[in-house]
Amino acid sequence: MTVTRDDVIDFIYDEARMLDEGRFTEWLDLWLADGFYWMPLDYKQDNPHDMTSLLHEDDFMRRLRVERLNGERTFSQKPKSRCHHVIQRPFVDEFDPEAGRFVTNTSMHYVETRLDEQFLLALTATHELNLVDGQLKIANKRVDLLNSDAAFGNIQLLP
Amino acid sequence: MGRYTDNPAAVAALVQPHQVHRDTYVDREIFDLEMKHLFANTWVFVGHDSQTPKKGDYITTQIGTQPVIMVRHSDNEIYVLLNRCPHKGTKIAIDRSGNTGKFFRCPYHAWSFKTNGCLLAIPLKKGYAETDFKEGEASHGMKPVGAVKNHRGFVFARLAQDGIGFDEYFGNSLSSLDNMVDRSPEGRLEVAGPPLRYMHNCNWKMLVDNQTDTCHPMVAHESSAGTAVRLFEQANWPEDKPKPMAMEIIAPFMSPYEFFEEMGIRTWPNGHGHTGVHHSIHSDYSMAPEYWDAMVETYGEERAGQILGESRHNTVYWPNIMIKGPIQQLRNFIPMGPDKTLVESYIYRLVGAPDILLERTAMYNRLINAPTSIVGHDDLEMYERAQEGLHVDGLEWINIQRLHVEDEDFDEEAVENGTTERQMRNQMHAWSKFMTMSMTSSQEAAE
Ligand code: FES
Ligand SMILES: [Fe+2]
Repeated sequence: MTVTRDDVIDFIYDEARMLDEGRFTEWLDLWLADGFYWMPLDYKQDNPHDMTSLLHEDDFMRRLRVERLNGERTFSQKPKSRCHHVIQRPFVDEFDPEAGRFVTNTSMHYVETRLDEQFLLALTATHELNLVDGQLKIANKRVDLLNSDAAFGNIQLLP
Repeated sequence: MGRYTDNPAAVAALVQPHQVHRDTYVDREIFDLEMKHLFANTWVFVGHDSQTPKKGDYITTQIGTQPVIMVRHSDNEIYVLLNRCPHKGTKIAIDRSGNTGKFFRCPYHAWSFKTNGCLLAIPLKKGYAETDFKEGEASHGMKPVGAVKNHRGFVFARLAQDGIGFDEYFGNSLSSLDNMVDRSPEGRLEVAGPPLRYMHNCNWKMLVDNQTDTCHPMVAHESSAGTAVRLFEQANWPEDKPKPMAMEIIAPFMSPYEFFEEMGIRTWPNGHGHTGVHHSIHSDYSMAPEYWDAMVETYGEERAGQILGESRHNTVYWPNIMIKGPIQQLRNFIPMGPDKTLVESYIYRLVGAPDILLERTAMYNRLINAPTSIVGHDDLEMYERAQEGLHVDGLEWINIQRLHVEDEDFDEEAVENGTTERQMRNQMHAWSKFMTMSMTSSQEAAE
């Protein structure tokens, strides 16, 4: 298949919708096995190794996170949270159909709610996408919260 | 003035040998008294001196609810100053860290202060020439706290001018901090990045209690640790492939009750104590061979073996921090209100040790203690439900009776079964002591 800019942009929209509809198990299949989902702690943090992060999750951790959300004795998810992404049209920063490599940069507002509580996060998501067997997959995803250094309560779903 | 102010007898009555009254967790007046007495009379953690490595470097933080600045002065010593201009009260620094050069300068009217707090200059000073300004407290500059001690990089302060000395206050409990520092082949730690900051809608003591609550992990964390164990089993992990580091960290949370019973709890006087006397959930972490070699190089085989043989789990330094020696983590439970606590979780690099150890520590911190942590979520859920539940009027006491025996003496160091709630009783014993020691009774005053 020939990947167009629209295909890349649609992929980002589809992922956001998947998360908002709580289709987390399906979301796992968007990923390449060796990809990392990274949410830095420090503004403009340049690596995840010599300081901690909010998230830096490999395939095992992503599966664990999603399996837990599906679980019976997940007390902090009784009742369950819901989330909502409002996204701006992604910038396609790299577009290399030949190599099957694409990078997008997307501004989002993320809302999460549970019981009577609701909070809003502003963030920028950077996706590295690879074309594998004719399908776009997430090779890495980085989420920079505008206020990553602020004190948060529970952030339970996936910004 | 309410029920408890100037009434030490009423405050002391909130703590009984086997139970504590809920007012210690929900009452605003008690919280204010904690800030005024408990957090003034005890030695409270301020920061690590590697957060202010150069002269003029400072951080801002709180002792209880009191804003303070920790700063490195030109003599290289660490000073802890109240973060308030002696002129009209303006906070001198509001960023979390920075470098102020040779002096602080208040942004309101430009009074300036040396980095040990002394007043340096006032613009248009002749305006005070005909006054008795020199006799007033403003002329002394930024006020330092009552006492400061830098113990191997860890800076503690006592707000009160007079009171218990550092060594007497901590006694043998310093062995946990020492062990954490000794784990560096150079005997030195360095802070690694900013802390995770996690806001909890509960009383600060719920977090402190939880540090030695060994009967909750296999229950509250079944959804994360239990699921991890199950996923790992299903994955048919090849023998020769290293286990995911996350498994090494999270799976031991599902250990059975016997494991926690046998790990042991030690308590020290003044409210300090730790879990993991004999072994702990940190015991089976894999070892980097080059780390062992570096340790032997510094300490010799026997001493290196002793240092790394300790696997103390959580050490509580009363009132409000916990350290994990084996992974160089410190959690600061900063009280913001009776039902609000800011938790800052710091990690440190073992100077001279391989990077892989810091990577594991960084992973531990985000897996367990981040606002995004699947373990932290269930802890916070429990604290917040408890904070709400404590408002039920039909039951007013919190039970801390597990393995309680008559006539417990908290002035004696003791090692007991790892599921005892003795450390929680020890904490509340210290609570009562440091709450009431500087209270005057209004009855006495009237006599
Ligand atoms: S308030 Fe600081 S100089 Fe006036
Ligand atoms: Fe816990």
